[in-house]
Amino acid sequence: MSAASAAGPAQRTDLQRYLLRIADTSLVLAQRLGEWIGHAPAIEEDLGLANTALDLLGQARLLLGYAGEIEGLGRDEDALAFRRDEADFCNATIAELPNGHFGDTIARQFLVDAYQVPLFERLAASADPRLAEIAAKALKEAEYHLRYSAGWMVRLGDGTDESHARIQASLERLWPYTQELFDADDTDRAVAAAGIGPALEELKAEWSRTVERVLGEATLRRPADAPYRWYGKQGRHSEHLGHLLAEMQYLQRAHPGAQW
Amino acid sequence: MVSSAREARITPEEILARARAVIAQVPDPEIPVLSVVELGILREVVLDADGTLQVALSPTYSGCPATATIRDDVAAALAAAQLGPVRIALRLSPPWTSDWISEEGRRKLRDYGIAPPVPRALRDAPVACPHCGSTDTERLSEFGSTPCKALHRCRACREPFDRFKCI
Repeated sequence: MSAASAAGPAQRTDLQRYLLRIADTSLVLAQRLGEWIGHAPAIEEDLGLANTALDLLGQARLLLGYAGEIEGLGRDEDALAFRRDEADFCNATIAELPNGHFGDTIARQFLVDAYQVPLFERLAASADPRLAEIAAKALKEAEYHLRYSAGWMVRLGDGTDESHARIQASLERLWPYTQELFDADDTDRAVAAAGIGPALEELKAEWSRTVERVLGEATLRRPADAPYRWYGKQGRHSEHLGHLLAEMQYLQRAHPGAQW
Repeated sequence: MVSSAREARITPEEILARARAVIAQVPDPEIPVLSVVELGILREVVLDADGTLQVALSPTYSGCPATATIRDDVAAALAAAQLGPVRIALRLSPPWTSDWISEEGRRKLRDYGIAPPVPRALRDAPVACPHCGSTDTERLSEFGSTPCKALHRCRACREPFDRFKCI
């Protein structure tokens, strides 16, 4: 019996929303990474970004499937991925940002990987057994992604003057979006109180340690925290998500239920 | 559903043994030199009270596109063997690890030109080239042609090769 079936309606709603946040962050980031296929600077990076996208997509499928079951309205993973509107997506805003150049994509990936590793580590011990098993699987993948993105942070940061300047600028641009990952709202507090999800300040401490270790090796500066706030996980997105969904959802919107 | 195997009154033990033998013949669709059993993704085969064969498989990676194909291939192989009703479930926990690839599977991988995985603690140790055996090799990319492989190159024989990721 899962924690969800034992919980009351309010807790189920919190759990469902929480699952969508994790699922949508993986799903939207996978869609962005997929845009690199055929366009990466080298075949190895094409494969690297596509493989990372595939892992993220797999995580999203498992989490969306579970979120749909809890909702109990018969919506499966495909219905949730392809027939939900922008305001119903709960991904962190950083995941939907356009790819930019290769360094921008690597910096975004690194900042998210450094967050997903401790997130999945803690979720693997969640009071919700179904979420715990999905996270235990995803953790192995996230650790591998972090090796890749951290490796590139070091190569670009400790590379040429040009690569150093550009990856530092990527970090500065992306940094204001990272605080959203650690700003707890009622949903985050409710799942933490139920032992389902981690306290976000704990995650931030571990994320900071990883980021500082890698930036140190990469000879990069940690940008200053900015007062900006983003609310993607509450469904208030940047202008970029609608365009991403228009492409991702086009086929299922034009031909609902199409299979091949 | 009454199966021909059951009409022949074979024992449950016999049905299970046949089912395992049938599954052991199903190749991995991406690395056909390995069977799904050698890949270490077959978790369990049991016969439940109503005579349904329950098969549990573990996916290698959350998004591996071969998972659905493997599930279909196992279902088709068991159906062809006429062992009665079958239910196949994906089991995530405990998560698959490359440590579950059998010794025989590792040998076959090497013969096929893929460096087999090593325990995770040793994953940064030098990798032996599956072609010439030299450990003078380098990693070209953390990722390769499928989710489960990375790309390496041998400096001795100059051949590139895939390596099974150690997870």
